[in-house]
This record gives sequence, structure tokens and C-alpha cells, in this order.
Amino acid sequence: MIPYLACVLLFLIGLYVVISKRNLIKIVIGFSLIEYAVNLFFALVGFKKGALAPIITQPEQVRMGVARNFVDPVPQALVLTAIVIGLSTTALMLSLAMRLYEKYKTFDISEIRRLKG
Amino acid sequence: MEGRILPLFVAIPLAGAFLVPLLSKLWTRFADLIASITSALLLGVSVYGWLMVNAGGMPLHYWVGGWRIIGIAMWFDALTALIVLIINIVGFCASVYSIRYLDRYTGGRWKFFTLLLLLIAGLNGLAISGDLFNMFVFIEISAIASYALVAFGTEEEEVEAAFKYMVLGEVGGAVLLFGIALIYARASTLNLAHLSQVLAGFGRTPFYWFVIATLLIGFAIKMGMEPFHAWLADAHFSAPAPISAMLSGVFIKVTGVYAMSRLMFNVFGVSRAETPAFFNLLIAFGAVSMVLGGLLAYTQNDYKRLLAYSSISQIGYILVALGIGNFWGIAGALFHILAHALGKGTLFLASGSVERQTGTRNLEQLKGLEKTMPATTWSHILASFSMAGLPPFAGFFSKLFIIIGAIAARMYWLAFLAALFSAVTLGYLTKVVNMAFFVKQNSSVTSTREAPGLMVLAMLVLVVLTVAVGVGFRGVLDHLVGPAARVLLNGLEYARLVLGG
Repeated sequence: MIPYLACVLLFLIGLYVVISKRNLIKIVIGFSLIEYAVNLFFALVGFKKGALAPIITQPEQVRMGVARNFVDPVPQALVLTAIVIGLSTTALMLSLAMRLYEKYKTFDISEIRRLKG
Repeated sequence: MEGRILPLFVAIPLAGAFLVPLLSKLWTRFADLIASITSALLLGVSVYGWLMVNAGGMPLHYWVGGWRIIGIAMWFDALTALIVLIINIVGFCASVYSIRYLDRYTGGRWKFFTLLLLLIAGLNGLAISGDLFNMFVFIEISAIASYALVAFGTEEEEVEAAFKYMVLGEVGGAVLLFGIALIYARASTLNLAHLSQVLAGFGRTPFYWFVIATLLIGFAIKMGMEPFHAWLADAHFSAPAPISAMLSGVFIKVTGVYAMSRLMFNVFGVSRAETPAFFNLLIAFGAVSMVLGGLLAYTQNDYKRLLAYSSISQIGYILVALGIGNFWGIAGALFHILAHALGKGTLFLASGSVERQTGTRNLEQLKGLEKTMPATTWSHILASFSMAGLPPFAGFFSKLFIIIGAIAARMYWLAFLAALFSAVTLGYLTKVVNMAFFVKQNSSVTSTREAPGLMVLAMLVLVVLTVAVGVGFRGVLDHLVGPAARVLLNGLEYARLVLGG
């Protein structure tokens, strides 16, 4: 139970950083924390204590019932995909932050307010 | 029925997005050509798919690699048909319109069309996906393309809006992924049909409601519902006009409303009779969005910002209609998705034409455009009539169905509110007509020429469809919207069709 709660805590810390920090780069870091928290949570979902990595090297292993003692491989595959998506979003977010810095000469979000709404 | 055409919905736009940067090195105009051909092909495939579903009465399905429920599932029923038709009609008009609209920008033509095709690929993929995780991946593909497109102008405002939109949108995406992890932890499957059978055995525990709440927050951010509307006005305001049309007409409805209703109705099996709390929640948030969006739209003096707040209001209509939960309510919601995509698409394209020809969108500075830009003016006026719900346009019937649904469900105040905010819609849209298109003293900016032919053509296609959907509403209801509404109303019937077929 504790690892799951730790993930939720990490998520909340990330959310706090995104909401309260005024520096663009810190907001990006906060977003990365949120993403790690969710990925970690997802990976934990498939975890089984004392189980093996889900790799079959010889056909006989299937008959011997090794698969019953595997961790669930699906969340791992999904988390890999989510990490790749996270990579591209972080890259795009940072490049937007760089553009904002070029335009406004500051990373402070309270000074970047050309838009009213 | 086996649907071999289904992978095309993703393959065609991805192939187009791949070819655009390559071939535009040879000749820059290849970018325009490929984008238009690709989106026209997609429109053709969607119409073909719709005709097949309509003729056979059975949904199309495709299991990638034949792995059935553990592999990638694609699914095309009446609801999907409606959604892909909307995506590809607006997508086609946006690509054609962009050809001349992009003259405003220096270069970057191929980047724009690559991103536009990726956006369309993501939305189409989401619509045909029969698998929870693929839905998430396609939402992210279209979302990332849309962030980059909002920032396309790379001026201060555009980048600022894109950053805001991106932070909020990605937090929404992370919340959705968290919800998916929760579902997987409990059900150990991701195929929507299998999932709905597994979830049916679980009962309405607090965990069930927690998962629904998590997913709803994610989708609420994606659709710009109150109180998560902050990104929407800025993003629609800053994006290039055809992208605003895509975002408002298609993106918020497909990644927000469609994905939510597919999951809630067909997978979680909510129904007005069994889970009234869920529907009342939709009505409450929908009504707040409708009222606040409408009132905020009234106070705006920028053409596109006004339209953006109007979108929030119309999303409110759709949610209220879904929340009514009987046949007329849901048919009204789906009809309104169609009518709003066509109408608001036209309005955003018209705003782009005005901006391109005059250099400003400030309504106080514009005057007398009606003389020199008659096609844009009349597109705007007819689309406004549709959005405000005047007969015989498409918007009239969607609001009529919503009001019929509300009265049938004995929610008279809701029927009254819907009718009242039709008048408010008419009010703020005629404000644009008065300020920008007809003669007015004390303002200076006007245009000497109509927008280029291709831009006018794109607007006219949408206007003609708005009128056609309104005039032929019986046919649209019987063959497009009605079957789609039944897919949602039949709820868990979905699983039986997918796994039995």
C-alpha cells in the first residue's frame, strides 16, 4: 500500500509545483514529477513480489508453468509508451519555454501576461 | 463485419504527414496538394464507412494481427461514423482554407500541414480505437500536434497561450493515464468490450466512482468545461484560424465529449435510471458552462475570443443534453456536435478571412465589410443563425431535440434555460455582424477585397452543409444521428456486438 501512496504523494507534489511556482522551468519540472508519479504507479500495478521478469527463453518453460510466477508485462509495455510520449511533451514544453524567454527576456510567469483571459 | 478499411483512417493521414516534409523540398506547393488530397481521401473513406454501416446495420471491426482482445482493436459503429464524418469534413475544409490563409506567415508551410495531418490522424485514431490505452495514445498525438499548432505564429501571445494550454492539457492527460492505470489494476484488461463485461461484475463500489471521477476530470480539462476553461479561450484566440476551427469544431468534442461518452455509456454502463448522480453532475457542470460561456462571450470585443467563449457555452449545451439522458437528449447532443462543428467551423474561418484581409480582429475598429466581402459576411450570418437555433438551419433542430428531451424528462427549467441561451447566442453573434460587417461611424479599418477563392470555397462548403443538415434533418436523424444515439443508449450491448462479431 505504501508505494502506491508514495506515488500519489509524488503526484500531489508535482501538482503543487505546477500550480504555485512562477518560473517556467520549474513548472516543466513539476509536470515531469506528475508524469513520473503516474508512470511509477502504472508500473507498480503489474508488480508481484518475488516474481520473475516476463521473459521465456526456452519453450519447455511454458509447460513448466513459469508464466504463473511472472510480473505482468502489459503495464511495463504501456509505461514505455507513456515515457516516450512524456519525452516529446517535455521537449515541446521546454522549447516553448525557450521561445517565451526569447520574447519576454524572463522566465517569470507573472511577467508573461500579454493575454488577459 | 470485417472492416479492412479501418486502418486507413490512421494510415492515410500518417502517410500524408510523412510525405509532406519530403516532397515539399522539391516544390513547396506539394505541401498544400498532399494535405488537400489526403483529407479528401479521408473524407471519402469516412463516407464509405458510414454507408457500409448504414447498409449492413452491423458495425465494422478489425483486429490488428488477429490477436482479438489482447491485441489492437478497431471498431466502427454508427457513433464512430458520425464522429469521423465530422472530423474529416472540418479537416478537409481546414486544409483547403489553409492553402491561401498561410500566405500571412513567412514560410513553415510544410510544418503546418504536417502537424495538421498529425492532428487529424490522432482524432481519427481515437474515434476508431476499441482499446483504452490506444485511446490515450491517440489523444496525446492529437494534443501534442495541437499545442505546436497553437504556437505556430511564434509571436508573444501565441507562445504564451500554447504554454498555458500545454501545461493544463498535459496535466489532464496525466490524470487520464492515472485513471487508466486504476482501471487496469482492477480489471486486468484494456479492450473496451472485454473491460465493460469485467466491470459489469464489480458493482457500484466507491472505487468505481473514484475511477469515474478521475476520468471525468481528465476529460473535463480536454473539453474546456467550466471550471477548466481557462486554456480554451487563449488557445482558440491565438491559433491560426483554420486550427481554431479544428480545435473548437472537432478537437474539444472528440477528445472530450466523444471519448467520455464512449467510456461512460458503453464501458461503465451508466444510464439515467441506474446512476442518476452521474447525469445530474453533467447537467450541473453543463449548465454552468453554458451560462458563464455565453455571458463572457457577450463582453468580448475581439472576434475570435468571442467565438472561443461561445464554444464553451455550446459545450455546455452538449453536456446538458447528454445529462438529460433520454433518446432526444442524447440525439440532441450528437446533433449539436454536428451542427456546432459546421457552424463554429464557418465562424472561425470567417474570422480568419476578416483578419487576413484587414489585419485586425478588433470589432471596434472594423466597419462596413459587407460591401467588399459579401461571401464572408453571409457565411458568418448564416452560420450565426444556425448557432442561435433559427430554423431551418442545423442548429435549430439540435436545440429543438434538446428542449424536447428536457420536457420529456420533466426538466422544464432546463428547457427554459436552453431556449434563453439561444437568444443570448443570437445576441453576441449579431453583435459581430453589426460591428464588423455593416456600416458604422468612428471606425476606420475596412477591406477592399473579398478573401481568396479557396478560402471562400471552404466556408461555403460548411455553410451549404449547415443548411443541408437543417433542411434534411429527417434523413440525418434517421441515418446518422439516431443510430449513433442508440449506440450510447444501448450501453453494454456494445460488448456483446464486439465480442460476438
